[in-house]
Amino acid sequence: MRVLMFGWEFPPHIAGGLGTACYGMTKGLAHAGVDVLFVMPSASGDEDQTSVRIINASDVAVYDSWHNVDEFLSKVQFLRVGSNLHPYIDPTDFTDLVEEERRTQSEEFKFWFRQKYKFSGKYGKNLMEEVSRYAMVAGAIAAEQEFDVIHAHDWLTYLAGIAAKRVSGKPLVIHVHATSFDRGSADNIDTRVFAIEKQGMEEADKVITVSDLTRNIVINKYGIDPAKVVTVHNAVDFSGREKIEVQRGVKEKVITFLGRITFQKGPEYFIEAAAKVLKVCPDTRFVMAGSGDMMNRCIRYVAKLGIADRFYFTGFLRGDDVQKMFALSDVYVMPSVSEPFGISPLEAMKTDVPTIISKQSGVAEVLKYAIKVDFWDVNALADAMYGLLNYPALSNLAAEKGREEVDNLKWDSAALKVKRVYESAVSGK
Amino acid sequence: MNKSVCFYFQVHQPDRLRQFRFFDIGNDYHYLDDFANRTIVRRVAERCYLPANRLLRDLILRHNGAFKVAFSISGVAIEQFERYAPEVIDSFKALAATGCVEFLAETYSHSLASLASTTEFKKQVKLHTDLIKRLFGVKPTVFRNTELVYSDTIGETVSGMGFNVMLTEGAKHILGWKSPDFVYANAINPRLKLLLRNFTLSDDIAFRFSDKGWASWPLTADKFADWAVTTLESGDVLNLFMDYETFGEHQRSASGIFDFLNALPAAILSRNLDFCTPSEAAQKYQPVAPLHVPFPISWADEERDTSAWLGNELQEEAFNKLYALEADVYKTKDDNLIAVYRRLQESDHFYYMCTKFFSDGSVHSYFNPYDTPYEAFINYMNVLADFELRVKDKLKAKKTK
Repeated sequence: MRVLMFGWEFPPHIAGGLGTACYGMTKGLAHAGVDVLFVMPSASGDEDQTSVRIINASDVAVYDSWHNVDEFLSKVQFLRVGSNLHPYIDPTDFTDLVEEERRTQSEEFKFWFRQKYKFSGKYGKNLMEEVSRYAMVAGAIAAEQEFDVIHAHDWLTYLAGIAAKRVSGKPLVIHVHATSFDRGSADNIDTRVFAIEKQGMEEADKVITVSDLTRNIVINKYGIDPAKVVTVHNAVDFSGREKIEVQRGVKEKVITFLGRITFQKGPEYFIEAAAKVLKVCPDTRFVMAGSGDMMNRCIRYVAKLGIADRFYFTGFLRGDDVQKMFALSDVYVMPSVSEPFGISPLEAMKTDVPTIISKQSGVAEVLKYAIKVDFWDVNALADAMYGLLNYPALSNLAAEKGREEVDNLKWDSAALKVKRVYESAVSGK
Repeated sequence: MNKSVCFYFQVHQPDRLRQFRFFDIGNDYHYLDDFANRTIVRRVAERCYLPANRLLRDLILRHNGAFKVAFSISGVAIEQFERYAPEVIDSFKALAATGCVEFLAETYSHSLASLASTTEFKKQVKLHTDLIKRLFGVKPTVFRNTELVYSDTIGETVSGMGFNVMLTEGAKHILGWKSPDFVYANAINPRLKLLLRNFTLSDDIAFRFSDKGWASWPLTADKFADWAVTTLESGDVLNLFMDYETFGEHQRSASGIFDFLNALPAAILSRNLDFCTPSEAAQKYQPVAPLHVPFPISWADEERDTSAWLGNELQEEAFNKLYALEADVYKTKDDNLIAVYRRLQESDHFYYMCTKFFSDGSVHSYFNPYDTPYEAFINYMNVLADFELRVKDKLKAKKTK
């Protein structure tokens, strides 16, 4: 079986969880005997026309732990499409970004696929235009290629998936990693994005959601037939990751929040719980790692509560620093208001860090050994923090069992489920 | 009797902190950005301190002692000069040798201790007085608080420490219809005389000198001396207080600021005005009234209050957490830790956290090594957290001994 997959990012150049997920999934699919042709927009646009194979051989060698690189490459092919598409962005921010990009990009761009296509005209000035343009390119690719099924990840690529379906007549599977309802509050969603999401879900033969939480949103808020919506929980792939040694400077226990500091992630609940815990355990340290539009507000809030000598902000962490941060943590907290899945708790548990997650996250559906609280229940959150700080029996159990649990979340089994979805899409059942 | 012009220049350089990340807490004891500090001190020494000192000495000699000025040099600035530009100290010593230069007392680390802890405040003033005595051979008798911060109670404390003159801002909201060009007295202890900064004429030099959009540009020594005469028609002493870095750093040499300074003493003296130092001014003129200042004032920003350093919750939090450590720090009896503690008190650290972007933003951003007040706050709190760990460790080690 051969799948034409539309993504938007792929390691090592990733901005969030989706790239990591795509990477794990394609590896798993390769194991399951599925050929993947991966198409992704590349923000750097005017790359030279070196062959795809060479680009990826060098990329893959850096981050991949595969013993047999050739085997992997024979299963997965990449296509880079010059494009401004950029993950985790809304149409307003996009305009600013494009202005900057435009200066560095040439007017004519090329993308490579067996032969060279020339695309006349400039890059789209807004995100919506760019999404449509990407869809046109997708149609061209679909006309050239042999494949059995199309797989599109998140709304930026839905139109591309639809275009490919129309051109080729092959079944379309769309993969919902997040919805508009996870990006803003329900009364503040971008209707244009919503419309594309809805169209994608309606035209798809099958819809894969990353959690039952997201599945419910797809069914209830987008009105999609439950029969074609399937949940496939994400997995994690930690192979090839080396344990890093860190020098621990702070002797006291460290409780960590790591993620974008946005409304969706519930940073304020973390701060409020921290203030409560500090009243009883004044020597605890709290870290909020990451950046986002609520960061400054959070800093002021921490100062106002008078806990800034125990509560630190690291800003956006890159590369090894994320690992280092986990290694320094005694408790990891993800109090998300709405989280389709949430991969970072798994990373924490992999590093033996006991974890507290909100019941409103998709990952809560697959974890037994994480402590789960409602995001709004600051008392329960503070309680859980206190428990993990003060009762070694609890934290040891959570660390040990949590690690086992995470080790069992394999992309191979998730990929098998995805493959089954492909099969049912192809057979039309 | 001739009326007087009184010059006082502030010399200060903060210890800029390096980027101190969360991962450094407990692992790295070095807080200072040595490179930035050295670069800036060297630069300002070359552009301002050395040429301006040379010019002042020249002017004093040229006018046979009729030209006089006063300096206040913060202790932390002197430490940086000793480290990076010792020739600056020598040139100040050469000025001191003329006998026409008065050195004022202030807090050693240019701190806001007067707003937090009287004991720390007194310690720092004592330390600074000793340093000035040691370097320049004269014990200061006039006090100027950091950023000219003053209130009735601060004045009372200062007079209790043996000073009989203090400098502060001629803040409009305090003076009302009254003129800053007279000597006033502290409201609680009238023995403490107050000299008030004439902010209009001071800022004409310090801020507006090279502003080509200003109606009075270009400012010449004669023009300024005429203004001084007009101002002193109803006044005794014109107090021109400003940052010393005005000469050559804030106002670049190319703006003509040194030529202005070069010509000014002759222009003033030719109009039957004289120069005096703050202590001479306080001796020469009687206080005309007590000045009531119930809440602290300063020379900063449009508000002339302490809101540039303690105006938002970030600043309040950092300030409170800093002074909460005082008792523990002194319990360690560790000179190194105490010296670091003093550096952490420099008012500049709090100034960087100011969020008053709009009205006085331009001045703030000029002095600010950080992009945003939030970054300044995060960095400072990280350093403070590490410092607290060191203090605790030291205390623990002492107990187990």
